[in-house]
Amino acid sequence: MPNQLISANHAAAAAAALAARANRFGRGFGGGIYPITPQTECIERLCGEEIEKGHLTRVESEHSAMAVCIGAALGGARTFTASSSNGLAYMAENVFAAGFFRLPIVMMAVNRTLGPPWNIWVDHGDTLALRDAGWVQLYCEDNQEVHDSILAAYRLAEDPRILLPVMVCQDAFVLSHTMMPTEIAEQAAVDRFLPPLELPHRLTEKPRVVGGLDFPHENEVHRRQQQEAMARVPEVYREVQDAFEAEFGRRPADAVVPYRMEDAEIVVVSMGTTGSTARTAVDAARQRGVRAGALRVRLFRPLPEAALRRALAGRRHVAVLDRDLSPGLGGILWGEIRGCAAPGAVVQNYVIGLGGGDIRPEQIERILDQAAQLERAAEPQFVEVG
Amino acid sequence: MNEPLLGGLAQSRADRAEPILRPGNTNCGGCGMSIGLNLLSRAIGERRVQMVIPACCGIVTAGPFPYGAYGAPVVASTFASAAAVATGLAHVARLNGEPTRVVCWAGDGGTYDIGMATLSAAAERDEDILYICYDNEIYGNTGGQRSSATPFGAATSTTPAGKTVEKKDVLAIMAAHRVPYAASLSLAHPEDGLRKLRAALDARGFRFVHLLAPCPTGWKSEPADGIELVRLAVRSGLYPVCEIFAGERLEVNVEPDFSRAALRRYFELQGRFGKVALDLDHVAAGIERNWRRLRALESVAAPAG
Repeated sequence: MPNQLISANHAAAAAAALAARANRFGRGFGGGIYPITPQTECIERLCGEEIEKGHLTRVESEHSAMAVCIGAALGGARTFTASSSNGLAYMAENVFAAGFFRLPIVMMAVNRTLGPPWNIWVDHGDTLALRDAGWVQLYCEDNQEVHDSILAAYRLAEDPRILLPVMVCQDAFVLSHTMMPTEIAEQAAVDRFLPPLELPHRLTEKPRVVGGLDFPHENEVHRRQQQEAMARVPEVYREVQDAFEAEFGRRPADAVVPYRMEDAEIVVVSMGTTGSTARTAVDAARQRGVRAGALRVRLFRPLPEAALRRALAGRRHVAVLDRDLSPGLGGILWGEIRGCAAPGAVVQNYVIGLGGGDIRPEQIERILDQAAQLERAAEPQFVEVG
Repeated sequence: MNEPLLGGLAQSRADRAEPILRPGNTNCGGCGMSIGLNLLSRAIGERRVQMVIPACCGIVTAGPFPYGAYGAPVVASTFASAAAVATGLAHVARLNGEPTRVVCWAGDGGTYDIGMATLSAAAERDEDILYICYDNEIYGNTGGQRSSATPFGAATSTTPAGKTVEKKDVLAIMAAHRVPYAASLSLAHPEDGLRKLRAALDARGFRFVHLLAPCPTGWKSEPADGIELVRLAVRSGLYPVCEIFAGERLEVNVEPDFSRAALRRYFELQGRFGKVALDLDHVAAGIERNWRRLRALESVAAPAG
């Protein structure tokens, strides 16, 4: 099925179905699904897929969608669900539970503005609010990346050194409903890439309480183990990239994707599809002689701090574009990038494209010009794009 | 398998090698839920089970990691999620051809209140799970706050002057889902309870069992009075003991004698009803209304004429 013209929602569903079937020689596939705009097309497509040894439960809420995934995963099955925005907020308790249970659940999250007031367009605040839930978070730039990230996510999540759930995030409508030529993986290749899941802590017949009470000395250890697993993600992710490339002939993007960074003096940092726009802006600025570069943060949890430090070493000016807002702080990405920039660097925050406002290359160019002149960082700037 | 002695109430070789509720647990004396677990243990016998227990006294029972007071594999789910987590486990067991029975063991808070949407949805989907609600009529492990299972007049830490509204009829709600099996179980009638738990374990599709679980701490009653309290609730008609098949055919398993003395004694033995002067005529009228409804359901199965 190579090269289909499909939306990112369908690209995600196709990948989930491939991964699901690949576990037919293992303990099968399960998950709970619930509709929410703009994710619904993903689960609709998945419901139309034939999955041998698989069952999708049409539940009554996102909270239960994740709960069914937790049950199925504890039974040893490969699991998938998808959600967005207020659905993720409603699901939140079980998102944390999945992280703390150390279950390799993969969830496709379409980034959408949290309401009220209601708005169905892109904003990264919904998944960023779940950044502390013990999930790996990958943010995508195009439909191919969404498809490939779902497959890579299973390989990463199920690695015995990791055993963490993975959230694959994509921008509402900009990707979710936009058709792009996407190379869909072949089942035989996915079968090789994703061997049957063997969850070491799956529930068997043996009496055991999973998720019971924890005294402080146990809880400290359990939480530290989450941190240690997260710390192994960058290295294991590189192995996953290698394995993916060997099997499918294309390489999933790095944790941090640099663009024209060689001699860049002003660097624009962003996530998701803003990264594509930033590249166009960097090209235009370069034509005017501005030494501009761009970084796209693809892996947000764990924060690839080492890669970010290396990329930002010696850069005097950094502009962080946030399509999210933590009221009382500013941009969430900015809050984290500040700690990775070179000492003395001016790290200026721009909150841009909230509520799905269209981010244009000219706006980012103006940001580059302005940020390059700053002697010190000002308060986060709101860029109204309408 | 040999039929265990005394209908399974006495320990026998056919019983579980280890009980569901292990010795050494730290449950309160006179805990009705614990008696229920022992009955469940006898009922399970050699069947393979996985249990899902949401936040409730039942999961505090498990004790701290790495210990476990349960002689079965248990998932401690989030408060509202027992029926959904069980759904996932049950499907994986079925996909793998395993005979495992998935059992939810949840309190009234997790059933009547926070878990109701999840429970209702699992019942509507006719998931292959057994959901047992042990109903102590309060949020027990948080120290005794009112739930929608708390009866009219009962004082709790959040209704110190006594609750002013009636409790939900959870069995009627579940029967309205037309689930294959919904039953109420009396700890004072263990032979009947054991029979029903076995039937519920072996049936397919969604099964619901309601169990009135005396809680001496919350009910302000003597630990030794628990079974007697259930017996009084059954005798007086306050707690109907019945089975409802597919939401339409009802069988009364223990006939009450509607004794007013039993009703009075039921309230007298519990300190929680001491805050308001209960109008027994009012309570009795409610019991009568409820039984008229039950008799109507019962008569559906009766031959015409």
